[in-house]
Amino acid sequence: MKMPRFSRKTLCIPYAVFLLFFVIVPMLVIVFYAFTDTANGFSFSNFINFFSDPTKLSTIVYSFVIALITTAVCLLLAYPVAYILSRSKMKKKNVILMLFVTPMWINFVLRINAIRELLKWIGLLGEANYFNTIFGMVYDFLPFMILPLYTTMLKIDNNLYEASADLGGNAFITFTRITLPLSMPGIMSGITMVFLPSMTNYVVSDMLGNSKVTIIGKFIETYFGTDWHMGSMIALILLVVVFVSTLLSGGFKSEDNVRGANI
Amino acid sequence: MSEHIIELQNVTKYYDDNLVIDDVSFYVKKGEFITFLGPSGCGKTTTLRMIAGFDLPTKGKILLNGKDISLLPPNKRPVNTVFQRYALFPHLNIYDNIAFGLRMKRVRNTYRNESGETYTKTEKLTKAEIAAKVKKALEIVDLEGFEKRSVATLSGGQQQRVAIARAIVNEPEILLLDEPLGALDLKMRKEMQIELKEMHKRLGITFIYVTHDQEEALTMSDTIVVMADGVVQQIGTPTDIYNEPANTFVADFIGESNIFNGTVTGSRKVKFCGKTFDCVDDFEKNEMVDVVVRPEDIVMCAPDEGTLKGTVISVVFKGIHYEITVQVGKYEVVIQSTEKREEGETIGMKIPAQEIHLMKRLYTLNSFDGVITKRNTVEFADGEFECDVTQLYPGSSIDEEDYLVTAAGEKIDLTGTEVKVEVGLEDISISDDENAGGTKGHIISIIYKGDHYRLIVRTEESEEDFVFSTDDLWNENDFVSVIIPKDKIKLSLKNVEEKKR
Repeated sequence: MKMPRFSRKTLCIPYAVFLLFFVIVPMLVIVFYAFTDTANGFSFSNFINFFSDPTKLSTIVYSFVIALITTAVCLLLAYPVAYILSRSKMKKKNVILMLFVTPMWINFVLRINAIRELLKWIGLLGEANYFNTIFGMVYDFLPFMILPLYTTMLKIDNNLYEASADLGGNAFITFTRITLPLSMPGIMSGITMVFLPSMTNYVVSDMLGNSKVTIIGKFIETYFGTDWHMGSMIALILLVVVFVSTLLSGGFKSEDNVRGANI
Repeated sequence: MSEHIIELQNVTKYYDDNLVIDDVSFYVKKGEFITFLGPSGCGKTTTLRMIAGFDLPTKGKILLNGKDISLLPPNKRPVNTVFQRYALFPHLNIYDNIAFGLRMKRVRNTYRNESGETYTKTEKLTKAEIAAKVKKALEIVDLEGFEKRSVATLSGGQQQRVAIARAIVNEPEILLLDEPLGALDLKMRKEMQIELKEMHKRLGITFIYVTHDQEEALTMSDTIVVMADGVVQQIGTPTDIYNEPANTFVADFIGESNIFNGTVTGSRKVKFCGKTFDCVDDFEKNEMVDVVVRPEDIVMCAPDEGTLKGTVISVVFKGIHYEITVQVGKYEVVIQSTEKREEGETIGMKIPAQEIHLMKRLYTLNSFDGVITKRNTVEFADGEFECDVTQLYPGSSIDEEDYLVTAAGEKIDLTGTEVKVEVGLEDISISDDENAGGTKGHIISIIYKGDHYRLIVRTEESEEDFVFSTDDLWNENDFVSVIIPKDKIKLSLKNVEEKKR
């Protein structure tokens, strides 16, 4: 019996088609809309409009700051957890890790609603919109920070800590010269996985910020109701911002970026 | 006194509930090359880790130059370690790896001020000092010019050298080496052995070396500490350990040996393999002993001139010598000689008196603590065995309700009674059918004794050992069940005084 044979090239076709229709074409459409006006003629007006409008500029700054705070808080919370869990010899540590991660498996809208009810109950809803937004985002994105950190730290050989101590390093030196640099790939991928959603996930800001907090994602959504050209331009600017910050943080060069966990 | 750089005093270590080091005491002389030798799991690495400070002793003291350092953290101890898997820092280049310890080092420098008074300052090493030291360390390990290379680009042997350089650059009082050559191939290992030995001579610091390779230990060490089961078996020079093994474990572990069961028949006379030999060790008459004879110490001669006579059953060429196995009656004797013999040839053998090593029998009887169960069986060593409980009370019998009735007619319920269980070395057999016997365990040791094997089976949970003889060949680590015939289990009541432990 003759087996049907496919060459590697043939097997690539479905992916190429997918990439073409779902990545490249939509991108081109966005670029097209961003640089045309309502009459579909080529124009820089959206670009100029965006940078001359203080509301739009302040929104992107707000989004950036909110995402920055969310990422920083996530990192500060996740790092000790990941460190302790990865170093512990406890048999039940996978269970504890699961507990941190399980909220990820519960419907997102449900989770946010629960937080909303909680905030309402303690009387914070509508009172501290920025705090609530950041609180919700941290709660939502924490697992995405813990997992890459945990897997990176798990891979650090225990002998390295012992070697550092053996050579005279106290706990602080061992942390700054061994643990921190070796967990950097995990920190980087954690940051990229938390930062971007924090800039665009407007469901959280809408529901917890009492619709008073407008982040860039919300902005894009609003424009796509009325002005696709402006919406596309904002989306494009966001893309550039994210691309540049990823480039700066070296997120592209590290070959062993870990974006999941093998639990 | 001060020449003992390290001294362990009654050091005991438990990991959770497992006893890994059992009351170990010894000392290390300043400047010597000492090796901890033993099979895996014998506690040698744990001992080293306690000296380094990675593990703390549960009981006992570790003295460094007479000062107690048992609880001092590793970074406060003047010792450095070469790790088994090198443990080089992957994010640092070779220079930074080696300079790691130097950058934290503080030295006391003496200065003179304008008015001529001297004062001391505790300072970091300068960049130039560090660079000079790193350069020197790289020269010592023959890796000049490797400063900028990254760890990943080095071969195993080169990484090993960097690991050594990183440790010696700090000029420790003691260098600890945890099976440092284990991951290298044979040729590389031989080269590194010689280099390490030379390095030891040149640096003059104390080396504490851990290995399971007896040849490595014999080649390199000034002193060998043989360990097994968390206990020191023997301490001595390589020559002492090889020529005068303290027990059958050491004899079997170091080099090749013929081990026989012997009986002392008179002053400096011992009987084994059916003949009586002169020997130099003095034991009580009629004492059962283990007799160890190295294969190269047996002298072959004409059939009727020797004390022993036998037929050659196999001849194997080993490069420098022939290994000749001779059947003497029911015993097998292994000889190493540069002379060749033919299979089937009848030869005589002589053993010089000073080459016959007698050692006290380690095991003559198995004894356990047991408890009588409801069904008049006895529970010990993770298992339950049928036994004859009437031996506990002379003249007693078992009635139809399974109660013990004493000679005086008194009924006793034995359930829960603590007893001492004794089983002879010849009364145990094993089976690979896991359910054939009363308990199960792994074979942890096999020693060939000329005409039979002496095996030790260790149960899994409570780690009780059964020692016995068998004619059958088994493999180490086989999982077997232990069978003891009902009438061979000797029970005795435990005295009330004994019970308090």
